[in-house]
Amino acid sequence: MQPIVSIQSLSKVYDSGHQALSSVDLDIDEGEILALLGPNGAGKTTLISIICGIVSSSSGAVSVAGHDIVRDYRVTRDLIGLVPQELTLGAFDTVWNTINFSRGLFGKKPDTAYLEQLLKDLSLWDKRSSELRTLSGGMKRRVLIAKALSHEPRILFLDEPTAGVDVELRQDMWKLVRRLNDSGVTIILTTHYIEEAEAIADRVGIINEGKLLLVDDKQCLMQKLGKKTLQIELKQSIDELPPELANYNLEFSQDGSRLIYTYDTDLERTGITALLQTLHEVGLSLKDLNTSQSSLEEIFVRLVNTR
Amino acid sequence: MINFQAIRVIYKYEMLRAWNTLLQTIASPVISTSLYFVVFGAAIGSRIQQVEGVPYAVFIVPGLVMLSLLTQSIANASFGIFFPKFTGTIYEVMSAPVSFFEIVVGYVGAAASKSLILGTIILLTANLFVDLNIAHPFIMVLFLVLTCISFALFGFIIGLWATNFEKLQLIPMLVITPLVFLGGSFYSVSMLPPVWQTVTLFNPVLYLISGFRWSFFEVADVSVAISLAMITLFLLICLALVWWMFRSGYRLKQ
Repeated sequence: MQPIVSIQSLSKVYDSGHQALSSVDLDIDEGEILALLGPNGAGKTTLISIICGIVSSSSGAVSVAGHDIVRDYRVTRDLIGLVPQELTLGAFDTVWNTINFSRGLFGKKPDTAYLEQLLKDLSLWDKRSSELRTLSGGMKRRVLIAKALSHEPRILFLDEPTAGVDVELRQDMWKLVRRLNDSGVTIILTTHYIEEAEAIADRVGIINEGKLLLVDDKQCLMQKLGKKTLQIELKQSIDELPPELANYNLEFSQDGSRLIYTYDTDLERTGITALLQTLHEVGLSLKDLNTSQSSLEEIFVRLVNTR
Repeated sequence: MINFQAIRVIYKYEMLRAWNTLLQTIASPVISTSLYFVVFGAAIGSRIQQVEGVPYAVFIVPGLVMLSLLTQSIANASFGIFFPKFTGTIYEVMSAPVSFFEIVVGYVGAAASKSLILGTIILLTANLFVDLNIAHPFIMVLFLVLTCISFALFGFIIGLWATNFEKLQLIPMLVITPLVFLGGSFYSVSMLPPVWQTVTLFNPVLYLISGFRWSFFEVADVSVAISLAMITLFLLICLALVWWMFRSGYRLKQ
């Protein structure tokens, strides 16, 4: 299947000399939710801005549904909706006027029925005659989404959709994103919240200092990079590790009551059986066992720090 | 293919903005025109009586109209594009399937329309104070339209160029207003000493006012053909500048 967005060795150097992106390659599949995860200033917004036509690239190419974003900008932009990070809205326009403006800007004929449904879906219908400045932050965010969806795009870019949004609203936002995705819209969102990527994305791209460090299915990513740890609590504390256990690279707590074994779930042999066997042979009795998997956060921190 | 819907909504949005500030849009030019009439027409006019066979109060009407047209076209168009840049809402226009041409037609078209309406209101107001006879209505309208479009374009350029409110005001205040006042809005160039007559010929606004005044009274400081050529030239320069700005993404795209 042809990717709906294809990015090839895309680079951006700002006039200030700041290299915001260096040679990014990325294919985005139709219908997926892709989270671009990275710290502030990693280049996420620049990447989105280039695809949407707000920033021009220094080198490289982007195509949307097979069309070049510069040469065929009318086709590609028609397919894309963008929800910016900042709550950039006029102050005195009404909700209804502003979404009609957006729809017209994208060359679509007025469609009252569609826009009415859109506002209802976003729980904004009651507010259609309100001036934008009177709305709360959460509502403004939804108005921005309504504007982005007003021309019925197939791809939606959400730049930090939950930055500065409280927990409850964030949950609502995630539900909304899933619902949109279910209706067939491809969603690309940027975030620096790991929970967010973990909660809603199908695939996660990790971006730092303008480089796309890796892109993978969220599950694969966690499996591939996710180390599991086995915590073994002992009935009796020990002063030092028996020599038979030296090969297992065990960490061992200060009071000597707990051993920690780190293993890779992807390996054919995790070594757990052998470890338990050895423990039994040296005569240690177990009180409790506990396994835990590293979260996306730990993976992320590790990636960002080591490269 | 032209994105007519985009032109329509930009135009409508900009016109709506004027409608929402109706008092400012209509009342202020009417009041200031009336004030000019009271101060210049009554106070000075009672001493000057006639300029080149035209009563002074009537003579200043074309200059008054031009004064408002120039400043308002620039103010309207520059603010129209500067404000979305300032608040950040410009992102939407830039991410939309809209060409530079359509953006310019929408914003500049609306600003020019507003000025045109304003010019008409001022002429109607003036008609309350004095008896106006327009010798060449067609040429008069032509000057009106050309001026509105060129100076709206010029304002649009200023709005694109300006990075803060101070810069937005800079050129209208330091360049345009002095040029208009020194361009014979309220006097005939022949009333000046010879040296200043020559200096004034370097003021482009002189040609505008002179040509516009000719369409009313057939009295002009310079030939009407030169006036028309000058305003057309200015229009072309502005068009070229706008084209270059969009081409290079000047102050819009990083």
